[in-house]
Amino acid sequence: MSSHETAQGVKWWNGGRSPFNLEYGKLMMWYFLMSDAFTFGAFLISYGSIRFSQNFWADPNVVFNALPGAGHKNLPLAFVSVMTFILIISSVTMVLGVHAGHKGDRKGVIKWLLWTILGGIAFLSCQAWEWHHLITGEHAVLADGKIELIGQTMGGNPWGRLVEGTAVTDALKNTSVQTLASMVHEHHAAMNMADLLKMPQDKLIGMIDLAETHIREKGPIAFGGYFFGITGFHGFHVFSGVIINIVMLIMTWKGVFDRRGHYLMIEKAGLYWHFVDLVWVFVFLCFYLI
Amino acid sequence: MEHQQTPISPEMTFPQQHHSDEEFKRRVRKTTILLSIITVIELGIGLTIYTIHKGPDPSHMLVLMFKGMVCILTLAKAYYIVSVFMHLGDEIRNMIMSVVVPLMLFIWFIAAFLWDGNSYKNLRNSYDKHFEEKTIQKKSGGGH
Repeated sequence: MSSHETAQGVKWWNGGRSPFNLEYGKLMMWYFLMSDAFTFGAFLISYGSIRFSQNFWADPNVVFNALPGAGHKNLPLAFVSVMTFILIISSVTMVLGVHAGHKGDRKGVIKWLLWTILGGIAFLSCQAWEWHHLITGEHAVLADGKIELIGQTMGGNPWGRLVEGTAVTDALKNTSVQTLASMVHEHHAAMNMADLLKMPQDKLIGMIDLAETHIREKGPIAFGGYFFGITGFHGFHVFSGVIINIVMLIMTWKGVFDRRGHYLMIEKAGLYWHFVDLVWVFVFLCFYLI
Repeated sequence: MEHQQTPISPEMTFPQQHHSDEEFKRRVRKTTILLSIITVIELGIGLTIYTIHKGPDPSHMLVLMFKGMVCILTLAKAYYIVSVFMHLGDEIRNMIMSVVVPLMLFIWFIAAFLWDGNSYKNLRNSYDKHFEEKTIQKKSGGGH
């Protein structure tokens, strides 16, 4: 195959040649990616360490079950699989772009870089929607003897243990009309919020379908920080990858690499982009699958 | 395809040779399909874990086994991305080792810190009964 055959019988360390037969910048990109892998690894392992120290942790299939446009349907894993495939496909288009670069095919590089950038932007948009949905989507939580509606934020998570029976009925009596009205509104979207707010408390309680409303305790606070921190750090990598690819696109388009006689720069950008995909594989594993 | 005969960079003693167009396309297609299939299997296992959790009496061992399987599949995915897409498999052995050997640190890193977290949990459960009472998963309604 490639360099293995070239390398046969060559004394690589006798001086006069690069022992790794690799361009300096590309080698340094590899070492940067290795150190970046440790950064991500440290984050994910810290998350694992905290998770192992807890008796209860949120079930990812309960947390991540929404799909844009599907309303309140329970669709675990659906949206994140879309995001995963977007990244895999954008990784493939990047490989094709790098290959076009080997051949000095400027049009090919431009075409595949454009697809890769598009994939990156699509992924970031998905992530923005997911974050927005988690932060603003409110869930009924039993805290301090009453029901509260909270979203998934850095300060709290609504995915604790399920509460049932008298604990719920007692808590409902202590809950504010505002919260009760919102809970009713969730399942009876046709009813006007202003009308609901005028109703007496016990009538609102009667309208809440306890079989359908899952009321939970608050879950471990650490979940929010780790989820937003790590997916955010990954999203930042995707974002910088998109910027790098846009710079590569402009340079290719202006013919910089043609004048240089090689497209090694695209290879380095490609390594970074594949690394982003690689990290996502592990983020996907740690947050969504297990 | 034709190779450039002169090294494109002073660091590179030999011109980089690449697979022929046909072979390259075949390899990329194969890897893409493989990655997709592994992802679909992972999603299938994820949904299986979900249904086990929802069931009346979730088996802890079974869930753990499925989670282990997903971890192995993820490592396989990582291997294909690094080796084929990033072309690390085509580099010189010494160069591969200079990247892969330091990553071995992860074996200790993961084991030590998960162990530590687990030990903290066990200590807390035995010395802080309030914590245990407050956080341990209760059997769902229909159970005991």
